[in-house]
Amino acid sequence: MSLSRREFLKSSAAASAAAAVGMSVPAELQANADTAESSWRWDKAACRFCGTGCGIMMATKNGKIVAVKGDPAAPVNRGLNCIKGYFNAKIMYGADRLTKPLLRMDANGKFDKHGEFGEITWERAFDEMEKNIRKALKESGPEGVAVFASGQYTIMEGYAAQKMMKGGFRSNAIDPNARHCMASAVVGFYQTFGIDEPSGCYDDIELTDTVVSWGSNMAEMHPILWSRVTDRKLTDPDRVRVINMSTYRHRTSDLADIEIIFTPNTDLAMWNYIAHEIVYNHPESIDWDFLKTNIVFAASPVNLGYGLRRAGEKSLMPVRADGSAGNYTAKEMETINHEMVHKVSAAEAPALEPYGYKEGDDMVNKPAGLKHWEITFEEYKKFLAPYTLDYVAKVSKGDPDESIESFKKKLQTLADLYIEKGRKIVSFWTMGMNQHTRGTWVNTLSYNVHFMLNKQALPGSGAFSLTGQPSACGTAREVGTFCHRLPADMMVKNPHHRKRTENGWHIPEGTLNPVGKQHIMKIHRDIEDGLVKFAWVNVCNAYQDSASAKHWIKAARELDNFIVTSDGYPGISAMVSDMVLPSAMIYEKWGAYGNAERRSQHWRQQVIPVGHAMSDTWQWMELSKRFTVDDLWGPYTLVGGKKLSDVRKAAYEMGYKGDTTMYEILYANERAKKNYPITLDKFPQKGYDNSDCNGDSRNVLGGDGKVAKGCGFMVHEYLWEEYASFGRGHGHDLADFVTYHKVRGLKWPVVDGKETPWRFNVKYDPYAAAAVAKSGSKSTHAFYGPLAKSLQQGNLLGVTDTKKKPLPDKAKIFARPYMEPPEVPDKNYDTWLCTGRVLEHWHSGTMTMRVPELFRAVPEALCYMNPKTAEEKGLKQGDLCWVESRRGKVKAHVETRGRNRPPRGLVFVPWFDEKVFINKVCLDATCPQSKQTDYKKCAVKIYKA
Amino acid sequence: MSKKLSERRKFLLTMARGVGLASIGGLVWSAYLDEATAAPLLLRPPGALSESDFLSTCIKCGLCVEACPYDTLMLAKPGDNKPVGTPFFVPRDIPCYMCPDIPCVPVCPTGALDESSVTTENVLDIGAAKMGLAVVDEGSCIAFWGIQCDACYRACPLLGHAITIEYSKNERTGKHAFMKPVVHADVCTGCGMCEHACVTKKPAIFVLPNEVAQGAVDTNYIKGWDKKDESRLKDAKEIKTTTRLSKKSAINSLNSGLKDLY
Repeated sequence: MSLSRREFLKSSAAASAAAAVGMSVPAELQANADTAESSWRWDKAACRFCGTGCGIMMATKNGKIVAVKGDPAAPVNRGLNCIKGYFNAKIMYGADRLTKPLLRMDANGKFDKHGEFGEITWERAFDEMEKNIRKALKESGPEGVAVFASGQYTIMEGYAAQKMMKGGFRSNAIDPNARHCMASAVVGFYQTFGIDEPSGCYDDIELTDTVVSWGSNMAEMHPILWSRVTDRKLTDPDRVRVINMSTYRHRTSDLADIEIIFTPNTDLAMWNYIAHEIVYNHPESIDWDFLKTNIVFAASPVNLGYGLRRAGEKSLMPVRADGSAGNYTAKEMETINHEMVHKVSAAEAPALEPYGYKEGDDMVNKPAGLKHWEITFEEYKKFLAPYTLDYVAKVSKGDPDESIESFKKKLQTLADLYIEKGRKIVSFWTMGMNQHTRGTWVNTLSYNVHFMLNKQALPGSGAFSLTGQPSACGTAREVGTFCHRLPADMMVKNPHHRKRTENGWHIPEGTLNPVGKQHIMKIHRDIEDGLVKFAWVNVCNAYQDSASAKHWIKAARELDNFIVTSDGYPGISAMVSDMVLPSAMIYEKWGAYGNAERRSQHWRQQVIPVGHAMSDTWQWMELSKRFTVDDLWGPYTLVGGKKLSDVRKAAYEMGYKGDTTMYEILYANERAKKNYPITLDKFPQKGYDNSDCNGDSRNVLGGDGKVAKGCGFMVHEYLWEEYASFGRGHGHDLADFVTYHKVRGLKWPVVDGKETPWRFNVKYDPYAAAAVAKSGSKSTHAFYGPLAKSLQQGNLLGVTDTKKKPLPDKAKIFARPYMEPPEVPDKNYDTWLCTGRVLEHWHSGTMTMRVPELFRAVPEALCYMNPKTAEEKGLKQGDLCWVESRRGKVKAHVETRGRNRPPRGLVFVPWFDEKVFINKVCLDATCPQSKQTDYKKCAVKIYKA
Repeated sequence: MSKKLSERRKFLLTMARGVGLASIGGLVWSAYLDEATAAPLLLRPPGALSESDFLSTCIKCGLCVEACPYDTLMLAKPGDNKPVGTPFFVPRDIPCYMCPDIPCVPVCPTGALDESSVTTENVLDIGAAKMGLAVVDEGSCIAFWGIQCDACYRACPLLGHAITIEYSKNERTGKHAFMKPVVHADVCTGCGMCEHACVTKKPAIFVLPNEVAQGAVDTNYIKGWDKKDESRLKDAKEIKTTTRLSKKSAINSLNSGLKDLY
C-alpha cells in the first residue's frame, strides 16, 4: 500500500492526537499510520506479567518481535510500563528456549523414568501422553488424570483445557496456580457478594481520598497502579492519606503517611478492631439504612483446621512411635498435628472466648467446608467485644523496637480515617491477605468495615482485591479452570450448572463429574498418595511454586506416574518431569487476558513460534484427537464411592458414534466450523498469522506425524464466543470477539455495548438497576450474586434454626475471629519467614531471569533481615546463611540494608530464584476454605552457612 | 562471593604484580609512564587518597585486591591504559558491595588506602567512603520517561539516603507519577551498585570519580538556610583576588591608563 505524503501526515497526526487523549482511532486510519512507520508493524497486546493489565504495542520485523511500547491509548497505563513490561520484547528469545518435545529415555529410545531427556517428535509425545492417560484412567479413574493449570493461560487456552478435562476426561483435577494467588479473594467474594470479582475499578484511585494497602507491596508488585496512587497523593497532598500495612517495611512505605508493621496473621485482629471502633465507639457512623436493606450478619465454624494433610491420609501412614508418620518426619508432624488438634494460645484466647474457648484448650478441628449461617447484629457485636485497642495493639504490634503507644496511636488514626464521615477510602490487598490460613476470613472482614460505613461499591470507596497474575481473573476465575468451577461462576457440584454446561458443550447430561475437590495442593498430595498417575503442567511452574516442595518433587520422580510439562523454558517443573513439550509463548499465539478491574483484553498472533513450539490450545486439541466417546464416557466409581454414569448411550442418541473423537465434539464440531470460518481477507484475521488454525511456514509435524495445517476454522473466536455465552445475561456479559480487537479492553459486564465501572451500584451497574426495579427496593445497591443466598439462622456457636431464609440482593458481614497460624516461631525455629516477589522478576523467573538486564539488576534472591537479627545470629551483611524450617533448608546471602527492612524476628526471601529454592522451606498450610497456600508465614532458624 | 580468589583472578593478580615490579627497568617503563597519567576516570578502592597522592603512595602490592571477597578490585595490567599494578574497579562488571568491615583497607601497607578516611568515631564506616559519585543521564534514564523502574534505587545499599525518589506528576497521562532517582552527593559512596543494576543498554546511572563528577563552591558564600554549610568555613583562607583588570598595582594602573581615554 502506498501513501501519499498528505495521507501520511493526516494519519500520523490523527493517531498521535488520539493517543494523547486516550481514545482509539478507526482501524483503517491506524493501519495507515502503522504502514507509514514502515518496515516494522505495530499491533496492540497486553503485558505478559501482573494483574494490572497494561496495554502495550508490539513491533514486529521479519517475523520477530523487535520492540515494545506502552500503548498510549490504554486507559490503565496510558503508554507507560514498569521494567518488566519494558522488557516484554525480550522474554521470548532466551538462548535456552525449548524448541522440541523431550522425553526421558533409555539408550534404545524407550521411555525410562530415570533416563536422560532426548528429542522426540510431537507424534511420539502424544503417543506417550495417550498411553499414560489411558493407564491412569484404568488404575485411578478420572481422578488419576490431573492438570496444573494457570492464571497465565490465555482465556481461550484455559477454556480449551477445561473442556477436555471436565467434558472429555470427566476429571475435575484441573486447578490453576491462581489457587496460590487469588483463591481466598474468590471465596471472600462468593461468601460476601455471591459472585466473584471486585466491585470497583482502577478509577477509584483517582477518586479516593485514602489508600490503605493491606499486605500488598504495590510499589513493587503493581508499579503502574502505584504510580497512579502517587499521582493522586501529589494532586492533593493535604487531603489524601496513604497507609501501608505490612509485616515488614517495603517500598510501599516510601509514599505512606503511616506505616503499620504488624505481627503475621493479626490483620484479622486489626480489621475487627476497626469494626469494634465503629460498633462500640462510633455507632453514629453506621449507615443503618444501607445495612438494613442490603446486609445480613453471618457466622461460621472456627475449628476448621489449617488446610494441612489430615491423619489417616495414605502418605501419613503408618504413624510411628518417634512421632513421624508415613513420608513425614517427626518435626514436620509437629506442625501437621495442629490440623487435628490445636492448643488455644494466649494471644488468640480472648478472640475465641465468645466461642467458648480459653487459653490452653484443645480445639478439635474438623473440615467445615464453606458452611455459614445468619446471626443477629447483637451476636456480631458480642463477637467484636474482645477487639479493644489494648488487646489488638498487644497482639498486632510487629516491630519489637516500636513502642506500644506509638503503635496504638497509628491504629487509632487508621480507624479514624475509615470512620471519618465524607472521607473516601479504598482498601487494596494482594498476597498478604490471600496467602493466609484464614485468607477467606480476612477477605470477608475487609468488606465488614466498608459495608457498615456504606463505603463499598462507590466511586472512590471500596475494599478492592488486586490480582497477582495477568489472567487470574480472566482465565482462572472467569473461565473457571478451578477444580470446583465451571464457566461464569458456575459450580461443578450444582446440578443445574452442570446441565447448562453440558448443554452448552453439546455433551450428554451426566457427563460432568460433580465432585470437585482436587485443588492444586490436593493434586500434589494425590500424586504423593499414588492416586494421580498422570499430571500435565500448563503455563505454570508447579514444582517451583508449591510449598513443602521436596515432597512433591520426590513423588514425581520416584513413584509410578507420568509428569508432563509444557513450557517455554526449562524450569524446575520441566526438570522434574518425564516429558517436556515446547509451548508457544504469549505473542506467538492469539489470546486474551482479563485483569483485576474486570477488563478483558485481546491480542493477535504477532509472530510464528520458535522451533517446533506449539500453543497450548493446539496441544489440547491434538490430545483430544486421541480419545473417543467409547474411550472416556463409560461408567466410573470415584474415590469417595460416588458413581459417574455411563453416558455413551446418551452420546449415541445425540448423534455421536463410539469412535467420535473428543476433538470432533469439543473443538472441531459443526457449530465451530460453520460459525467461525477463516476469513483472511477481513479484520481482525487479515494480515496476521494463525498457527493453530492455518498452520504456518514451519510445517511442523503434528500429533499424527503429518504437517500441522491447523484446525481450519477460527478456533479462538469459537472458544471465546462459546465461553462468553455462559456469562451473557448472568451478570458476566462479555462483548463479541471482534469488538475486543478494536478497543483497549472492556470492563465486564458489558451490557448494550457499555462497560461497568462499579458493580452492585444501581447508578452504574445495569444488573443492580434491574434488581431494584424488580424488587421495588429504593436501595442504591443490589448485591445480586446468586451463590449462598439463603441461610439457616443461628448464633456464634452454631445453627439454631435449620430453616433457610432467602437473602435476595444482600451481602454479608461475617463474624470471624483472630487466630494464629499453625506454625509460629518457637525456641528451635525462632524466626518468621515471609516470601514474595521483587519488581524485577516475575514469579519463578523462567522468563525474567533470561532477560540479561533484569538478571543483572537482581541476579539472586537475598535473605532480607534486620541488622540486629543478623547480629544476634553472628551474621553480617553479605554472609551466606542457612534458612531452615522443619521441612528443608536453603542458603542465601544476608541483606540487612536493601529494599525490604524486616523488624527483628522476621526474614523475607523472594521465590523467583531456583537456586535459592525457598519453597523447600515453606509450609503447605492453606486456608481451609479457599485452599490457598500461606507462603507468608512459617517458622525458621537462621544460621551461618 | 567466595572467600577464596578464583584461579583466574589469582593469575591476573600475579601477572599484574609481576609487571608492577618488573616495570622498574627496561622497555615497560615508558608504557608505564604513559598509562600512569592517562586514566582520570578510574575508580579506586574505598579510602583511596586523592589520585596524585594515591599514585605516589600505592606500591602495587595487590593486598587490597586479595582481600576483596567479591572479586571487585582488580590490578591494572599493561595495555589496560591504566597505571599498571594499581587497584581499581569497574562497577558495571562488579560493583563494591560495601562490606561493613572494609577488608580491603586495613591491609594496605602504605596508607594509600587511608583507614582514617573510612573511620567514624573509631569504627570502620564504609558509608564514609568516597570512591566516586553516581551520575544520572536523564536522557537515557527510563524513569525520566515515566517507566516505573527505580532499579538503581532498590539496588542502593544506602537506599533512601544516597538515592531518593523524586515524585512528580506526569501531565501527559494525567494520572500517573514520575518516580525519578536523585543521587545525593554527600551520601553516595560511589560503590556502583546502581550502575550495575541499571537496566539500560549502557547504564544511565554511572559512577565517576568525585573529582570528575563534581563541581566545587568557594567558601566566600555560606548557605544562610543550612547551618551545616558553615563547616566549610574551617577551610576558609584569606581572600585575595586577581582579575585581568586588577593584576596591575593600583598605582601602575593609574599611571598608565590615561592614554586611551580620549
